[in-house]
Amino acid sequence: MTEMKRKTPLLDELEKGPWPSFVKEMKKEAHKPIVQDAIGQLERSYEEHISHWKHGGLVGVMGYGGGVIGRYSDLADEFPGVREFHTFRVNQPSGWFYTSDALRTLCDIWDKHGSGLTNMHGSTGDVIFLGGSTESIEPIFADLTKENWDLGGSGSNMRTPSCCVGPARCEWACYDTLDACYNITQHWQDELHRPFFPYKYKFKFSGCPNDCVASIARSDCSVIGTWRDDIRVDQAKVKEYVSNGVDIVSEICDLCPTRCIEWDGSTLDIDNANCVKCMHCINVMPKAVKPGTDRGATILIGGKAPIIGGALLCSVFVPFLEMDPEDDYEDLKELTDAIWDLWGEHGKARERTGEFIQRIGMSNFLEEIGLEPVPEMVMAPRSNPYIFFDDEIFENEEE
Amino acid sequence: MADERITDIGPPHYEQFLPPVIKDNYGKWDYHEILRPGVMVHVGETGDKLFTVRAGSPRLLAITTIRLFADLADKYCGGYLRFTSRNNVEFLLTEESNIDPLIKDLEAAGYPIGGMGNAISNPVHTQGWVHCHSSASDASGVVKAVMDELMPYFTEMKLPAKLRVAYACCLNMCGAVHCSDIAILGVHTRAPVIEHDDLPKMCEIPTLVASCPTGAIRPATVDGKHSIEIVEEQCMYCGNCYTVCPAVKINNAKTDGVSIWVGGKVSNARVAPKFSKLAVPYLPNNPPRWPEVVDAVKKIVEVYAANARKHERMGEWIERIGWPKFFALTEIPFTKYHIDDFKHAGETFTRTAQLRHA
Repeated sequence: MTEMKRKTPLLDELEKGPWPSFVKEMKKEAHKPIVQDAIGQLERSYEEHISHWKHGGLVGVMGYGGGVIGRYSDLADEFPGVREFHTFRVNQPSGWFYTSDALRTLCDIWDKHGSGLTNMHGSTGDVIFLGGSTESIEPIFADLTKENWDLGGSGSNMRTPSCCVGPARCEWACYDTLDACYNITQHWQDELHRPFFPYKYKFKFSGCPNDCVASIARSDCSVIGTWRDDIRVDQAKVKEYVSNGVDIVSEICDLCPTRCIEWDGSTLDIDNANCVKCMHCINVMPKAVKPGTDRGATILIGGKAPIIGGALLCSVFVPFLEMDPEDDYEDLKELTDAIWDLWGEHGKARERTGEFIQRIGMSNFLEEIGLEPVPEMVMAPRSNPYIFFDDEIFENEEE
Repeated sequence: MADERITDIGPPHYEQFLPPVIKDNYGKWDYHEILRPGVMVHVGETGDKLFTVRAGSPRLLAITTIRLFADLADKYCGGYLRFTSRNNVEFLLTEESNIDPLIKDLEAAGYPIGGMGNAISNPVHTQGWVHCHSSASDASGVVKAVMDELMPYFTEMKLPAKLRVAYACCLNMCGAVHCSDIAILGVHTRAPVIEHDDLPKMCEIPTLVASCPTGAIRPATVDGKHSIEIVEEQCMYCGNCYTVCPAVKINNAKTDGVSIWVGGKVSNARVAPKFSKLAVPYLPNNPPRWPEVVDAVKKIVEVYAANARKHERMGEWIERIGWPKFFALTEIPFTKYHIDDFKHAGETFTRTAQLRHA
């Protein structure tokens, strides 16, 4: 291992212990001066309890407004290698599937031009190249695109969509999350690369209500797979689970949120009309209980983390939407276009869709995007009487 | 002549990265089974089998390590691998006999097998001092220190249900940790310091004033220069002003620290998704190992593991036993900081006499 220019006793402490060490990872690339200085500066942060990165500046590739995030050291005289230490977001393939050759191609490009440090992956889903100079930006982009890779989103644009493993390796996927993610990403390349929204807009695609990509919490548009018909039950296999120690009453029936499952000792009886597709029984007995076959997705809108007006989970907009790849996801695209038109025109700077909906009112929002209110959208109707009435409430009497 | 510039091609199509067994069984998987911690099998309707070996990673990976993973994938599974939404690496095997040698190689290289089923999976986390300008604490370091202690919960499946630990180094929550069983969150605790000399040169004052969600920022003339003032009592340390103006310094080496939140989830299983709620409002930044944070997280995990029922996530357990009991069992002091005073605060007040008095 390359010797460190500067002693790093605090970080060295984090090379010990059983969990994989990020310090070891950084030191694996310490033959590069840029990484020597990144480690040196990090040791200073550990000594002083504060970040030494300055605010991002405007950097990017020609013609794009996103994908590269400027990062500069505030100790550039001491650590000249990290004077510029920009982040590159490289749009990941759907489901984070790779071949060894594809990974080597990415490594070779990053080895040639940058620090050799990565995140696999960033929070939104991209491959992250961590630490390159301003001069390297165009050459990296040229090498990436030559090998069929492109940059992801950053700033006030459509952010890089991501999806769960889907039908590639999951029996619960109620639609093709990989195809939907790829389709949406390709359809809105302009919106992904050129920020002209009030703020970021994220898509996440989960194949079932287990929501493995946390779409309901982490996206503006959460597409969660679900089904409309009956749960499929193999009674013989249910009995196998029982003989292997599953206590159906306490582990399944009692934990069902609508208590729609009964067990008489030999037959699992599900009142499917009252099933809310929570996945619990399916999760516990995957061989015996499976989602139905009339499948689609629930579309939920408006999730975000706290900044600025507080965290929000997405809420239901379309209770059930068919997600047939043959239809090219036209309904989802139409809904999205309507949302973007409204929010794009009236949203304030740095106002996410969820906050925008709260500011203008859900009913106004629905009316503007042309979606009929349905009871699935609320946990309960309002309990306060401060209703803004329209004239149309009198229409029946006037006739 | 220069090559034509290529833009807007999007990511490569995923299909070229799928192993043949996945192409053959795409959308036709019948069931799956966890064979042991970190190893599962998916069985297709035709009986085809796909074995997955999952290993934890620190998310920050050197290309040296990625090349190692590529070599291992070539050696054991035709070069096919993927990463998970929680930054684990997964090798996709068809030869069952390759599982043990692959695991041996991964463990020898320092990448533990696990994170599956009723376990702690890989904590998602943010950049921290490694690469972020607004971080109130480091991210990788805290996660490393916590997971060194909690490692057996990753490599075994001995918890009542899955336990999702996440870390974000400021309230921006790039990791959107706010729906985790245990969320560790870096916090600023003091209003920003204004650099009046730089501010007029670097920032638009109206934008800066508008950025404050509580209206705490006002235009002001300081020493004859256009600048701003901050009503400190109104500041909730969100740092949104710092994001739009670098001359308003939110980072503070003495007062920045770490908070702990519990009981959130994103899956719809049993109960609806929910936010994590405040458990510990503030612990100091104490690098390199943040012992106060590690102790607090470990205590919460151990109390949960000892008391929750099978299938109960952290939040479900707490709601069953009640928050007073949670604070009693974990010996975490309940303070004024635990009572919400932001928008819609009253929604969390107890408005019933249904209380446990035991």
